[in-house]
Amino acid sequence: MAEAPTAGSDEGSVDAFLQGGSLKHAPGPYFGSYGGRWMPESLIAALDELEDTFEKAKADPDFIAQIAELNKNYSGRPSLLTEAKRFAEHAGGVRIFLKREDLNHTGSHKINNVLGQALLAKRMGKTRVIAETGAGQHGVASATAAALLGLECVVYMGAEDCRRQALNVARMELLGATVIPVTNGSQTLKDAINEALRDWVANVGNTHYLLGTAAGAHPFPAMVRYFHEVIGEEARAQIIEQAGRLPDAVCACIGGGSNAIGIFHGFLDDPSVKIYGFEAGGDGVETGRHAATITLGKPGVLHGARSYLMQDDDGQTIESHSISAGLDYPGVGPEHSYLADIGRVSYEPITDSEAMEAFRLLCRTEGIIPAIESSHALAGAIKVGQRLAAETGAAGAAEKIVIVNLSGRGDKDVATAAEWFDLLDKDSAEAAIGKEGEQL
Amino acid sequence: MTGVQNTSSTSKSAIAIDKARAEGRSALIGYLPAGYPTVEDTIAAGVALARNGADLIEIGIPYSDPVMDGPVIQAATTEALANGFAVRQVFDVVAGITSQTDAAVLVMTYWNPVVRMGVDEFSRRLAEAGGAGLITPDLIPDEAAEWMEASDKYGLDRVFLVAPSSSPERMKRTVEASRGFVYAVSIMGVTGARSSVSSAAEGVVAAAKGAGAERVCVGLGVSNADQVAEIAAYADGVIVGTALVAAIRDGGVDAVAKLTKDLSTGLTRK
Repeated sequence: MAEAPTAGSDEGSVDAFLQGGSLKHAPGPYFGSYGGRWMPESLIAALDELEDTFEKAKADPDFIAQIAELNKNYSGRPSLLTEAKRFAEHAGGVRIFLKREDLNHTGSHKINNVLGQALLAKRMGKTRVIAETGAGQHGVASATAAALLGLECVVYMGAEDCRRQALNVARMELLGATVIPVTNGSQTLKDAINEALRDWVANVGNTHYLLGTAAGAHPFPAMVRYFHEVIGEEARAQIIEQAGRLPDAVCACIGGGSNAIGIFHGFLDDPSVKIYGFEAGGDGVETGRHAATITLGKPGVLHGARSYLMQDDDGQTIESHSISAGLDYPGVGPEHSYLADIGRVSYEPITDSEAMEAFRLLCRTEGIIPAIESSHALAGAIKVGQRLAAETGAAGAAEKIVIVNLSGRGDKDVATAAEWFDLLDKDSAEAAIGKEGEQL
Repeated sequence: MTGVQNTSSTSKSAIAIDKARAEGRSALIGYLPAGYPTVEDTIAAGVALARNGADLIEIGIPYSDPVMDGPVIQAATTEALANGFAVRQVFDVVAGITSQTDAAVLVMTYWNPVVRMGVDEFSRRLAEAGGAGLITPDLIPDEAAEWMEASDKYGLDRVFLVAPSSSPERMKRTVEASRGFVYAVSIMGVTGARSSVSSAAEGVVAAAKGAGAERVCVGLGVSNADQVAEIAAYADGVIVGTALVAAIRDGGVDAVAKLTKDLSTGLTRK
């Protein structure tokens, strides 16, 4: 059974869902009281055009076939489901399976969404795509899709993030994209989105804004989820094939929440599956330096949607903090806010330290270097496993199954990790550069 | 839903625009960000605007994520926030200007600060300060149910934006939801001075009028008297923002007074 509703204005919706309703395929624009279009009028026509193009594409067998072909022969889908037996020994002895989005082309789940949106851009006759990026993974994925489909690509990236992820800047440029460092505000993901929106409003005639997460104005949250639903569909079929049954829990990390909504979607209507979203707890939620939007935020409007938001008493956005650039965002997708309020998904913070311990553990027990973003989900899975073991005892725990969405690989994070674990020789060139700004 | 047609008796913005019209000219609308560089400066600059030819004044609330603003206004509002500007101080600015002048004073704000204070509470305090209403760059009528109710309750103007990209259906809906005037965005872009005013502006005004708007004012990119004259030929009001912000930045209140006087010469030019 799903847990009872915990709080919020949408109590009772879980009951409706248990009585035969479905939480899947929510079309937007609203998810309970969240979502919508809190956007300048200048962009409404473009959002309408996008919504119309997306709805027609979804009903077009040619489009479905095009996506399926690219997923299979370009991205390398289906991604594997790998049982992590040695890692699981540290998680109360439950069985842990990793959904290997890290094995996709470009190294994360982001490719699913960019291929879909780039195809839509072509259908709309747009010749240019713009994107924001935090860690750089969405920027790299966007540059990749643009190169593949012959579109011009401009990526906005916070100057602070350009410094933290210098290699990804180089990757985007190798792929033919132009990277514009954003020096406004906190110089991170939210400011990159602001700058991309300014570009979009001025160039909307020939430009599609290839938003990288399941947030923003309608139709973005529902559309980005649609392109990532493949993660949950595959994982559900794979676990039934490999373990003979549904999992007891599904875990994912949450920044804006696109990888999470993709895998969650496959299990939303399975009441026996508990679903967990792990937010970036930064230095600890008690320090104020974190990105735990649902845990500590309040509903507000930012970047086009009503959702939980880190904000002060004046409604000014509070700067978020996380060791993971991809989770360093003070907002969250509106469908997550709804799933939190109705109690279908539990959202919890994971600190930088907890994430980095899980990062190292996966490296050493499974030979897989995860993205620091995904390491938040791994750390969460350890907690979930230990709780299950505490409830059921060792024998019971061995029967429990937890799926973790391993949303990306950690190659991009080697410099950050080397600094965190103090692995660099004090006299090395890398250590000297690291002191300047973590870049290698 | 109250349309623009029947509200001239209660709308402060409409009264100000109609007064200019009775004098055979368009209205001049000047924008200043609250608290830049200080709250006192904003009040003094607002009074200078009113005394040198502005009929309406827009006071902007500095916001952390100003997606519709170009570099000049971004820099000003970022500085205001760094200086400790608090949202409630916008009511001090409005009261400070309305107590000294006859100008209609509107607040221009991104929506989240209003949501945070509470739409009703914000509206009540704005009305109490003598404010005319709100200009809402990231709130469309589709999401404005709470604001429609509060603005009716407190008699405040609802100035929504229309753009060159607005469809005829959206134009009609926005015009019907607006009260006081309709804000026509002259170009597809963010705030900032431009060397020439887009030819799209005249079309947007015509479309808004065709949809039933009695008063349409044009903003974005207007920075000098020649551009004011060009727009005054077809619009009920001309909105100047970035040029005034640059003036207060470079020359303080005196520069605002001088620029306003110069801009106002464009209002009646044939």
